[in-house]
Amino acid sequence: MNLSMKWLNDFVNTDGISIKEYCDVMTETGSKVEGYEVMASDVDNVFVGRITKITPHENSDHLQICMLDMGDGKEVQIVTGAPNVFEGAIVPVARPVAHLPGGVVIKAGKLRGVASDGMLCSIGELGLTEHEMPGANNDGILILDEEYFGDKIGWDIHKALMMDDSVVEFEITSNRPDCLSVIGLARETAVSFDRSFNLPAPVVKGCGDGDNVKNHLSVEIKAPDLCYRYSAKVVKNVKIAPSPLWLRMRLAASGVRPINNIVDITNYVMLEYGQPMHAFDYTCLDGSSIVVRNAAEGEIFKSLDDKDHTLRSSMLVIADSNKAVALAGVMGGANSEICDDTKTVVFESAAFNGPSVRITSKALGMRTESSARFEKGLDAENTMPALLRACELVELLGAGDVVDGVIDVYPTKRGITKIALEPERINKFLGVDVSEEFMVDTLRKLGCEVESGMITVPSFRQDLECMNDIAEEIIRIYGYNKIESTGICTEMTQGGRTPAQKFEYDLSMLLANNGFYEIQTFSFISPSFYDKIRMPEDDIRRKSIVISNPLGEDTSIMRTTALPSMLSILAQNKNFSNDYLRLFEMASVYIPTEEGKLPNEKKVLTVGAYGDADFFTLKTVTELIFNAFKINKVEYSACSDDPTFHPGRCACVYAGGVNVGKIGQVHPVTADNYGFDYNKPVFAAEIDVNALFEASEKNIQYKHLPRYPASARDLSFVCDKDLEVGKIENAIAQAAGKLCESVQLFDIYEGAQIGEGKKSVSFRMMLRASESTITVEQADKTVAKVLRAMEEKFGITIRS
Amino acid sequence: MKEKLLEIKAKALSLLSDDNCDVEDIRIKYLGKKGELTAVLRGMGQLTPEERPVIGQLANEVRADIEKAITEKKANAEKAMLEKKLRSEKIDVTMPASALKAGRLHPLTKVQRELEDIFIGLGFSIAEGPEVEYDYYNFQALNIPENHPARDTQDTFYITNNILLRSQTSPVQVRTMEVQKPPIRIISPGRVYRSDAVDATHSPLFHQLEGLVVDKGVTMGDLKGILELFAQRMFGENTKIRFRPHHFPFTEPSAEVDVSCFACGGKGCRVCKGEGWIEILGAGMVHPNVLRGCDIDPDVYSGFAFGMGIERIVMTKYNIDDMRLLYENDTRFLSQF
Repeated sequence: MNLSMKWLNDFVNTDGISIKEYCDVMTETGSKVEGYEVMASDVDNVFVGRITKITPHENSDHLQICMLDMGDGKEVQIVTGAPNVFEGAIVPVARPVAHLPGGVVIKAGKLRGVASDGMLCSIGELGLTEHEMPGANNDGILILDEEYFGDKIGWDIHKALMMDDSVVEFEITSNRPDCLSVIGLARETAVSFDRSFNLPAPVVKGCGDGDNVKNHLSVEIKAPDLCYRYSAKVVKNVKIAPSPLWLRMRLAASGVRPINNIVDITNYVMLEYGQPMHAFDYTCLDGSSIVVRNAAEGEIFKSLDDKDHTLRSSMLVIADSNKAVALAGVMGGANSEICDDTKTVVFESAAFNGPSVRITSKALGMRTESSARFEKGLDAENTMPALLRACELVELLGAGDVVDGVIDVYPTKRGITKIALEPERINKFLGVDVSEEFMVDTLRKLGCEVESGMITVPSFRQDLECMNDIAEEIIRIYGYNKIESTGICTEMTQGGRTPAQKFEYDLSMLLANNGFYEIQTFSFISPSFYDKIRMPEDDIRRKSIVISNPLGEDTSIMRTTALPSMLSILAQNKNFSNDYLRLFEMASVYIPTEEGKLPNEKKVLTVGAYGDADFFTLKTVTELIFNAFKINKVEYSACSDDPTFHPGRCACVYAGGVNVGKIGQVHPVTADNYGFDYNKPVFAAEIDVNALFEASEKNIQYKHLPRYPASARDLSFVCDKDLEVGKIENAIAQAAGKLCESVQLFDIYEGAQIGEGKKSVSFRMMLRASESTITVEQADKTVAKVLRAMEEKFGITIRS
Repeated sequence: MKEKLLEIKAKALSLLSDDNCDVEDIRIKYLGKKGELTAVLRGMGQLTPEERPVIGQLANEVRADIEKAITEKKANAEKAMLEKKLRSEKIDVTMPASALKAGRLHPLTKVQRELEDIFIGLGFSIAEGPEVEYDYYNFQALNIPENHPARDTQDTFYITNNILLRSQTSPVQVRTMEVQKPPIRIISPGRVYRSDAVDATHSPLFHQLEGLVVDKGVTMGDLKGILELFAQRMFGENTKIRFRPHHFPFTEPSAEVDVSCFACGGKGCRVCKGEGWIEILGAGMVHPNVLRGCDIDPDVYSGFAFGMGIERIVMTKYNIDDMRLLYENDTRFLSQF
């Protein structure tokens, strides 16, 4: 909402308040100021002058020499090239050194040898348009009319053109549609600065010729749930003309383009009263009637801006006996538009259901000043004062004759809200000590009635419903910043992170502390990302939550894997010539469940490595995690059927028999999709954070340090090259039984001595008894058990 | 004989006092089996029985003194040799170190944890909730009915008519109040989504952290107290806060909260755009409709809520001028925090 300070002063006197102070105080009391602008502040040293004499320029066929009366008795000579000047014309004169919009500076000079002491200005040079200055155009000098400007020779142009104004821009929140008006902001201004607020009731003389509005028009509301009230008046003998300068400039200051007197009046009243109005050309209303009804399903409506809209039956229209003439609260129709030869006008001032206007305007993509107000819920009591104000302006402007009488159909009245004033409770709630007197006084200034402890809320403040609302009204005027900070005096709370939250915290720290950078990527991706990682067509993970109104295809589904994002980020960094990358992301993936139900949001740790890396770089990471969180019974099982990964270099990882994730080299074809070189492999892991947490040891118990020495036995076997060492290791541990403390691979060898397709593997087995020193016999027996098991399980024997 | 012994001692000690002497030679010469002291002792038999113990004692003393001197000399020599060796091992301490590869948390995580830890210290726990959420929790239960104009301030991504991507972390407040009765003291950090195109100051995905306190007798002064403590921990002990009236449908009264600029202390600078204050929070007293909807009696209990954008705090704190950097994950950027 742009507020003209001059307009504001019609209702509250702001003398002695600087614009800066005004903005600060209004923000402090709850009307947030976004900024302010002094009108035409880029125009300086421009005055009204009269051309007294014009002589031709000797050295030019298009330049003329003008002598000007600037009202101070001295003559000024200016050379101009504009053809539309004439002796006696009143014109804007830029006097050296003058400033004009666009950084233009006017200095004294000579034009083809003739001194020119300034410049005559066009509207464009003053930063104005034909809308503010009807009849003028940019090709010539702005000629000011004799009647109005004749006695203003020598005036500063700001004062003469009523640009001596400042405009304050407010951000009005959705609960305060009453402040989308000069009057609403004037009321707030008066309370904020403790000044008096004057709201004169509009006075309409009427034409008194015995005619009555009822002779011209009937109004029927067929949808009282969507139209609460419809007030109308008729103006006859209308003379469409431009509005006077003061009205045009006030509209312009408010950011509304002046059009003609009748349309300008409706806009002026909307800005002043906050009540959107509409004017119909009466002759276009078939049957001299207005019917407020639901649209017919599929009804076509052409709006003022000449666009066709197909309406739904839930939408409300203003119609005559045959056709819709306006979309209620949104926009008028092209078929009843005010035009230059309009003779009779119907002014509409109505109250519509807010949500209905909102749904209609959103559905049709038509957000207007009118719909923006109606959708917030306007005061039905305001229709009549606004309507009368419009008619008052018609008479003031001499725009037509106001027919006596008024049509006012008001089927749906809102109840009156009453709230108890509870000063003690309010003070306790806010933590302040405000006197009851201040509370009552403030509420009254805001328009409430306060009588024996009960507050009657004014109709324009539908947002006031309960004690909290009253408390806010009081504290915002009293001063939010007068509230003293206090400590909460309530029960103690434990606070802190849950074990699962702490686990996540520690897990990310573990990675960060071991050389990995954390990344954060968007949760939504493109469905094509699944193709890029070569996810099979029938993979269940392709079923994703789909956003119905995405910003673009790239961010249209909620990811079920964070792997594509990881690979993109690795690739981007690689493209910045970073040859060593260790990244991780801890984020949710979104697994759809039932239709109409929320997805399962699963925390996943995604790890990526590029440069100086191999499969075991990632296995080091998983081992580090398992070790740090005491996750036991870990197994890696080769996985060759995931097209995202290298078929020979990928493993599913299990902890306690539960799949916790997958690690591996990214398949060269997948990697190529991201622009990676075949010779520089990329590695990635996806790990289910919750499964890890579940598998982690939560109840750590001390075990005695060993009291007796251990005995080490080394075992070497020759086996098939393909036999996984993990399998042998597990089998050894299993066969060795209780005495076996650990089994560790310490050598692996392939070579000619071993034989084609074979390898030699060597393990060190640590044996220890808990109650005594292990004997040679015990150790030998254990080794024998192991050898037997190896023979039975794998058919392998100890290497001789 | 006594003179002889003292002479041996004096000679031996004098020899040992020479820095370049050969300690082992001296030892053999005086203390060895064929050494001078041994030779003297061999002559003990010629002494009278009265003289024998006296000379014997003296001889032992002389031996002990020489041995002690030899031991010291040897130790010193070893020390000197080690010293010499170590000096020869001198390195150029200004040469570059071979770096351990350190990783880092993302600045968003870093700041989020900093925020979390401040509130955990004040007795808050962390509540979490779904990012794909029902309209009911994101809007209706927060006093924002369907077709309410307040929905305009949060352009929302929808999945279906009643499922959306949460546009704020506030639904977690409602979910918490549904299952937990006062006293409630939680924060809910997390991702939120709004239909804003990506530019230097907007992202369709960003992070918020909200707080909620509900109990008997909670006041707006308490809200101010908590936020002041928070601001001072986060931005420095001298930080001040300022409340400006505002409107949020789920709190009443509501406020926007500014903190005094930590860069200039409030005088006005580039960081605060000359204002002296930086807008960082929205806050207010929980609306009675919200409490009632969660079966908490607003006549018995009151509460406050506050919320902040983590990106904004990260950007202000580290002087980052483009939000896109946070999601581009360029390691040259990430390595700076």
